[in-house]
Amino acid sequence: MNKIKGSIIGLGKMGLSHASIVGAHPSVEFVAVCDTSSMILDAFKKYTKVNTYSDYKKMIDNEKPDFTIIATPTRFHYPMVKYALDNNVNVFCEKPFCLVSTEGEELVDIATRKSLVNQVGYHNHFIGTFRELKRLLDENVIGELVHFSGEAYGPVVTMEKGSTWRSKPEEGGGCLFDYASHVINLIQEIIGRPKTVNGALLKSIYSKGVEDAVYSLLTLENGVSGTLLVNWSDETYRKMSTSISLQGKKGKIICDATEIKIYLKEENKKEKLEKGWTIKYITEFALPVNFELRGEEYSAQIDYFVENVINRQFGRTNTFSQGLYTDKVIEMIIDKAKHN
Amino acid sequence: MDKILFGDNQFFAVNHASDEKSRAQAIRFKDDSAIISVLDQAIDLGINTFMCTTHDRIGNICDHMRSNPARYENFMIYPCMPYAHKYANAVTELGIMGTIKQYVPGNLFGTFAKGGMAFLKNDFTKLMEILIDAEMKMFKGVKTPVIFIQNVLVDLILGLGMMEVFGEYDAYIRKKYDAEPGYITMNMPMLLDTLEGLGIKNPVICSSINKIGFRMAGGKEIYEKYLQEREFRPIAMQVLAAGALRPKEAIEYIGRFPKIESVLFGASSKAHIRETQELIKQYLP
Repeated sequence: MNKIKGSIIGLGKMGLSHASIVGAHPSVEFVAVCDTSSMILDAFKKYTKVNTYSDYKKMIDNEKPDFTIIATPTRFHYPMVKYALDNNVNVFCEKPFCLVSTEGEELVDIATRKSLVNQVGYHNHFIGTFRELKRLLDENVIGELVHFSGEAYGPVVTMEKGSTWRSKPEEGGGCLFDYASHVINLIQEIIGRPKTVNGALLKSIYSKGVEDAVYSLLTLENGVSGTLLVNWSDETYRKMSTSISLQGKKGKIICDATEIKIYLKEENKKEKLEKGWTIKYITEFALPVNFELRGEEYSAQIDYFVENVINRQFGRTNTFSQGLYTDKVIEMIIDKAKHN
Repeated sequence: MDKILFGDNQFFAVNHASDEKSRAQAIRFKDDSAIISVLDQAIDLGINTFMCTTHDRIGNICDHMRSNPARYENFMIYPCMPYAHKYANAVTELGIMGTIKQYVPGNLFGTFAKGGMAFLKNDFTKLMEILIDAEMKMFKGVKTPVIFIQNVLVDLILGLGMMEVFGEYDAYIRKKYDAEPGYITMNMPMLLDTLEGLGIKNPVICSSINKIGFRMAGGKEIYEKYLQEREFRPIAMQVLAAGALRPKEAIEYIGRFPKIESVLFGASSKAHIRETQELIKQYLP
């Protein structure tokens, strides 16, 4: 089989990680990278055979890749994705998708019209435990839902210092765009799309100009309501820790990236779940991958994207359209917080 | 290498099966004395190698060892660098250049800053050496016969295809520290092929090896084939598959591969250490 040609724009933490996964992918010929840092490009020049660019348009024009992965600061997503799509390049874009939902809408339209594969990097959907959570909810194991809580905590900003694009709200910095977007997207795809933001608090703890914590009350399209609790200035966590808890009339589920804890009021024979607590671990649900870098979910999402590009089929997980909806919820939360 | 390498995940709230358990560990090992007390129990059971990440707190453990030379006379540390989350969180906040500025030691960086980043920019080997030296500083005076790079870095370099970096690392560790370079990876077969391709013979490779194929990228079958047929010095980690396997069946499986030189495991109590130790003695004589 002929390999497809892959490229990457933006070589920060996520871009480098994607570059490694793409570089190891047996179906991909990794042709080019683009970044503004000459140091990073020099490293690629010195140690790899990948072509380097500082102008993404030139890269796309010259290389004509089958796909590009865009992992730049969020404000660059719109022009870069647009240029790639206009040139018939399939696109994997890092999360969050766009800063303004009208821009995201335009990109969804172009991708759909041109039948190009499009995906956003909400990698939690490739973690086995969250997939199992969705399956259990589809099987209605805890009955009618009465409340959810989507949470994420981690130690990103734990001191007053520093200034990068992440400390600028107009560039998509801050905990809402970075951390909370993951949780909103999980709630949206696993439980239901948030329809109303009943209240929102954006709190700065150490950062100046952006929020370090997001606390919000949401009501979903299906009528279920719950809380969004996110804080990236919590150093009691060693790394980002994301969880979804759900209370239903027949029981409760607490799910994170490593385990899923199920409490049932009555035994569920079909699912072989006992009355009371059942705890299952990621070891049972991890997706198999051929190359792993810091967690199988990062490889699994790229494998899925590459497979869709090869088969010229639209994915159903993490489409631009789903990413766009998350952007809209972010806008609703910002809007609500302003009116507090 | 000893048959048993005592790991440090339990001390630093790393638990691959449960975030909740990892928080409980963070509370239990809040004080360095709690870590030292478990290490002492391991030593009393005859375990003499501690394989640990270059976490800031390991510096305190090394201080304790230096102050009690008689007690730790035969004790060795296999450092694993870098402590990745420190850098990963810094990169999210400060960017890659910001992180380098933060972690390249002040004076050294000041010296180079005269020629500025320009100097480092063209000399990645030098940059790597500076960062290794910075991480190794805490181990001064402690025996470190094997020095590892963590899987996050090994696998990143492996995927990027920046293979020469391994060669440079290998040479520097041998020359500067008179130690054996070791590699931790989630992609053992691919890494071994790569290292052999660079002319690095019989490398020390630490990877997940367990009965259910957990965190063994590419699948269990190819791992087993390499363990049976290839020339390298394997260390098995995650043998319990994050707790999914009972110790007996886990170690019994490891025992099928006589080539495995060492088993890396961590435990928080003397009873657990002894249980695993007995099983290793039984199945990996």
